[in-house]
Amino acid sequence: MRFDWLYRESGRIAELFLWHLGLSVIPVVIGLLLALPLGWLAQRAGFFRSTLLGAAGLLYTIPSLALFVLLPLVLGTRILDPMNVVVALTVYALALLVRTVSDGLESVPPDVIQAANAMGYRRLPRLFVVELPLAVPVIAAGLRVAVVSNVSIVSVAALIGTPQLGLLFTQGLQLRFLTPIIAGIVLCVLLAALLDGLVLFAAKRMTPWQPGGAER
Amino acid sequence: MIAWFSDPTHWTGSDGVFALVIQHLIYSGVALFFACLIGLPIGLYVGHTGRGVVLIAGLANALRSLPSLGLIVLLVILFGPVFTSDMAFIVPSIIVLVLLAVPPIMSGTYAGVAAVDPAAVDAARGMGKRPLDILFDVELPCALPLIFSGLRSATLQIISTATIAAYVSLGGLGRLIIDGRAQNDYYQMAAGAVLVGALALLVDLAIGILSRLTVSPGLTRRL
Amino acid sequence: MAFSILKAAGAFALMALSATTTLAQTDPLGAAPAARTDKTTIIVGSADFPESQLLATIYAKALAAKGIKTDTKLNIGSREVYMPALLDGSIDLLPEYAGATLSYLDKNATAHSPEDVAKALKAALPAGVSMLTPSQAQDSDGVAVTRATAEKYKLKTIADLAPVASQLVLGGPPEWKTRKEGIIGLKELYGLEFKSFKSLDVGGPLTLSALVNDQVQAANLFSTDPAIADNKLVILEDVKNLFPAQNIVPVIAKAKVSDVVTKTLDAVSAALTTEDLIVMNGRLANHDSFDVVAGEWLAKHKLN
Repeated sequence: MRFDWLYRESGRIAELFLWHLGLSVIPVVIGLLLALPLGWLAQRAGFFRSTLLGAAGLLYTIPSLALFVLLPLVLGTRILDPMNVVVALTVYALALLVRTVSDGLESVPPDVIQAANAMGYRRLPRLFVVELPLAVPVIAAGLRVAVVSNVSIVSVAALIGTPQLGLLFTQGLQLRFLTPIIAGIVLCVLLAALLDGLVLFAAKRMTPWQPGGAER
Repeated sequence: MIAWFSDPTHWTGSDGVFALVIQHLIYSGVALFFACLIGLPIGLYVGHTGRGVVLIAGLANALRSLPSLGLIVLLVILFGPVFTSDMAFIVPSIIVLVLLAVPPIMSGTYAGVAAVDPAAVDAARGMGKRPLDILFDVELPCALPLIFSGLRSATLQIISTATIAAYVSLGGLGRLIIDGRAQNDYYQMAAGAVLVGALALLVDLAIGILSRLTVSPGLTRRL
Repeated sequence: MAFSILKAAGAFALMALSATTTLAQTDPLGAAPAARTDKTTIIVGSADFPESQLLATIYAKALAAKGIKTDTKLNIGSREVYMPALLDGSIDLLPEYAGATLSYLDKNATAHSPEDVAKALKAALPAGVSMLTPSQAQDSDGVAVTRATAEKYKLKTIADLAPVASQLVLGGPPEWKTRKEGIIGLKELYGLEFKSFKSLDVGGPLTLSALVNDQVQAANLFSTDPAIADNKLVILEDVKNLFPAQNIVPVIAKAKVSDVVTKTLDAVSAALTTEDLIVMNGRLANHDSFDVVAGEWLAKHKLN
């Protein structure tokens, strides 16, 4: 390790780190916002469920590099545009979270729902006040997987020139220089752990009735 | 892009589509083989004995957060000088593919064995079966659906990551994407992307069919 | 389960189909109209290998020292990628290699000497782009072999490869497959048909280790690479002038040319020598940063 190199380049590395953070978090947030209504639909409508979950599973099979390359065709963007990466990762997050949200809502015990009905909750208030909070542990588990794998997938986008920590890998290879590569790997893992912990913490705060926090 | 696909010179020859698909399948197959060799026994052991559950869960999570591109580049630089043939680039790439594929196989196997109905295991024990026989005659067949689902996500990971390995001069369909970018040939890139997507789909479908054929109908209630 | 997979596969096919129809109108790698609003800043771009990034850094620092606002977009890719970026206004200034740029713009160019290449390049540049005075510093493409290979087959020039090429694997950057100063020219001019071609990187560590490891027996390396001497490699003489003179020349968007810019970059080009490049590449290989190496060179020549 050449710590003097790290010190000299720390400004640029910090910049790449922030890009990486943004590219990892924004797609998951958008994905979650889209997955909530879709997952709810999937859980309610039986026929819709198999199609929606099948399509989501299929989107997940498309390799990331392939998706980065194909999206400009669909979106009309230019290939160096970071928007391609954001959309591709949103697609992955959405594909994963639709199933999770639907599973989470499914996990709410039927007698709780009946009790809520008996207390006079209408369908939508019941969803927001009773069902979603109870589904938090399952959704959080899916969210953790989405966030952690996103951090790893983002680095692939270095191959199409999007700024983030992955550029440390391509640069390290060009210069046959291990320091940027190791620094990039360590920062990626740290970022993943940080975001994972954040989701865990938030889920714990949102489910005070759970003895062991959000883990199931 | 249709023009790209209809040009016969793009299909044959040492860097034609057919050759690239075969290379892609070979790398993936080899990696999957080694990943099963490692992941299955560990998963079976942990599932059967219930020991080390926390360890493999943590390991799976840690491996998932490792950036594959960084690992490949790191290993190529470290191992490159050790080998004196194409192995210098192939071995590091395969190692990374195996590393990525072990966690889903391991967790799928573990979860499958752990979820076997205890009554079935008790019944087998009552019939006088030895522990190893119970594992292979009862627990393993009952765990197959979850094992296959782990195998499935492992395979998709491998096919997807093998694309990235073209960056360190490996063959396979990633070549079309990396070369297409260097040559500013978008059609070649897009063709590569479509082909990888299609390959992933076909392999996924094949595993689905295989699991249908091997999983006991009693488990899936398709009697 | 299988049913939903089929349905989803149908959806994928539809998506792919709609993608192919959109493709009829747009090519995401093709030129697009400039969308930049900032007219004063000069964006310096570079190719995806260290020397080009270093030269771009030197340009940017020299201009900044004269009070011109600059920004950098390094490590963009091959010429096939960054030239369109220059034309669509994503970048304004590039360190270029005269001969390679010429044959990129004019596939039938025959110029070889530095003067002829410079003259032909001036004529071949697209509207809106101009070049400044080329430097005497050169970094030419070459075909390299190990000393062992050279002795085994008695190789001195590229032409000597003719009887043995069919047993050898050639390595180079992916763009060599389609370039004249690559597989195409080696075949047309020298009649060389190699056993196969291996896509590596632009004269970087993959190429070097593939050559040293005998994965490829001949490879594209650059004459300013200090690794050639360090690894006892032999650059084969280009007797038929396949690779034209590669003087380093700033290529710039016409709209950004001004007296100060011209004067500054001409002073840089006048001071730069081939030996400087070899020394600085050696320092980059030892992980000195572009900023430090560029800054010290500028200070030495009082250009900062």
